[in-house]
Amino acid sequence: MLELWYRIVDFILPFEWTNHEFMKNALLAILLLTPLFGLLGTMVVSNRMAFFSDSIGHGAFTGIALGALLAGIQPIWGAILFSILFAITITVIKNKSRASTDTIIGVFSSTAVAVGLVIMSLGGNFNKYSSYLVGDLLSIAPFEIMMLFIAFIVIIILWLLIFNRVLLISINQSLAASRGVNTLLVEILFTAAIAIIVTITIQWVGLLIINSLLVLPAAASRNVTHNVRQYHAVSVGISLFAGITGLITSYYWNTATGATIVLIAAVIFFVLFLLRKKFAN
Amino acid sequence: MANPKHMKCEGECCGLCCTKIENFGVARGPMIILENVNIHIHCGELTAIIGPNGAGKSTLLKALLGEIPHTGELKYLDAKGSKSDKPLIGYVPQQLSFDRGSPTSVLDLFIASRSRMPAWIFKPAKVKKKALEGLSKVKAEHLTDRRLGALSGGELQRVMLALALDPVPNLLLLDEPVSGIDQGGLELFYNTVSELRQNYDLSIILISHDLDLVAKYADRVVLLNKTVISSGTPKQVFSDERTLKSFGISYLLQNSGPEVNGDHEGGKA
Repeated sequence: MLELWYRIVDFILPFEWTNHEFMKNALLAILLLTPLFGLLGTMVVSNRMAFFSDSIGHGAFTGIALGALLAGIQPIWGAILFSILFAITITVIKNKSRASTDTIIGVFSSTAVAVGLVIMSLGGNFNKYSSYLVGDLLSIAPFEIMMLFIAFIVIIILWLLIFNRVLLISINQSLAASRGVNTLLVEILFTAAIAIIVTITIQWVGLLIINSLLVLPAAASRNVTHNVRQYHAVSVGISLFAGITGLITSYYWNTATGATIVLIAAVIFFVLFLLRKKFAN
Repeated sequence: MANPKHMKCEGECCGLCCTKIENFGVARGPMIILENVNIHIHCGELTAIIGPNGAGKSTLLKALLGEIPHTGELKYLDAKGSKSDKPLIGYVPQQLSFDRGSPTSVLDLFIASRSRMPAWIFKPAKVKKKALEGLSKVKAEHLTDRRLGALSGGELQRVMLALALDPVPNLLLLDEPVSGIDQGGLELFYNTVSELRQNYDLSIILISHDLDLVAKYADRVVLLNKTVISSGTPKQVFSDERTLKSFGISYLLQNSGPEVNGDHEGGKA
């Protein structure tokens, strides 16, 4: 299947940067990944969950460390499982507890990172794992693209099914409940989707900036949009644009791809932020 | 009740439909927040629930919505006297602490509530038509494409009312806003609600923080403080000694002075 993709790229994008197989892989990964970040980011921002999604990144980090401990299976499966459990745990506690949400998330998040760092530094070979902090998008393997493709389909379907309910909850939880929405279940599905995509991506983008991929496109989009259709379209558009231009730029500048993508998204955010008055209604 | 349909009395329910709150109780750990709450709400009437700060009004509301566990039952009997255990509830929230910057239009809210089609892709014409109809009933049809965050408090409340009435519920729960709505907006809102009770077969419960408006619009008043302390017509309840005691100040029926302004229970659970 990938052979077909390589041929397509050679045909429509006959440039120097597409000569390498790893660039073709990275391009495909970006085409699959960035729309997901653009979609999920809209409700992360509207639900004021930026801090929450950041902690899910931390949970994913620990998951990868734990996954590496469990010999026999690919570390990524253990990691995905752990971060889904981690996301569900904070969601449930956040719903049941009356303590400040920020505090709960902060406690879980720092515990997760500490556990992750301790496991990774066991035996003194932390360097092996340091790539998870910064990430390397050019290291994507073909089987990971397959996994990403499955995640892409699952999350798009999920978003088609639960978005209306997530939107209602973001307006008012009691209102959503009065319309028969199982608010806890919907929140769990939503955070699990974030957990999956963040865990898969963290090895390529790194813990330090992964949250920006989720937050920046949506935050930029809301400066210039008035309804959820525009919100999603612009957010996905910005996410894709930043992803593709970031990949190309990082190739020619020889910089970290993830960071370059985030930097471009940040520039777009600031430009749209300055233009927001022109779009106000 | 000056409702011509209120003719024959059958069983416990009189003529039209009614809603019964039976033996409601809510406890949080060892603390009892509500106990033995029994309220009988006739359709075609506006029943206001009042009470001092921390009396459990918001808790009762969350229990009615099924958001928090409770003992007791919520029963709905329609005009023919047949029971359904789960009345369709329309809810107008007190205050919306949603993200004001969010690009969500009034129409998006209707699509999200009324359609299975994901609002981030589709804008179903059917839902739009229904939304326009509902909004025009509360004089808000011009707001369809506005962002929720750009609406005034009164406009938002009317939009929420239109949403709560689509579909027409058995029980309409109104959580009165504490602030952010000008007097004109409030009057418009209550006039609309007053019309509703005549035109639809539904029970209306208003959790109120403003005794002036209760005196003016409610048909029945229930004074709540952990349990039902007193209930009856506004006149009866307001002249009840227990009411005066509950609030600590003598609230009079005369709608005078801005200082007569109910208790302010600021969005507590």
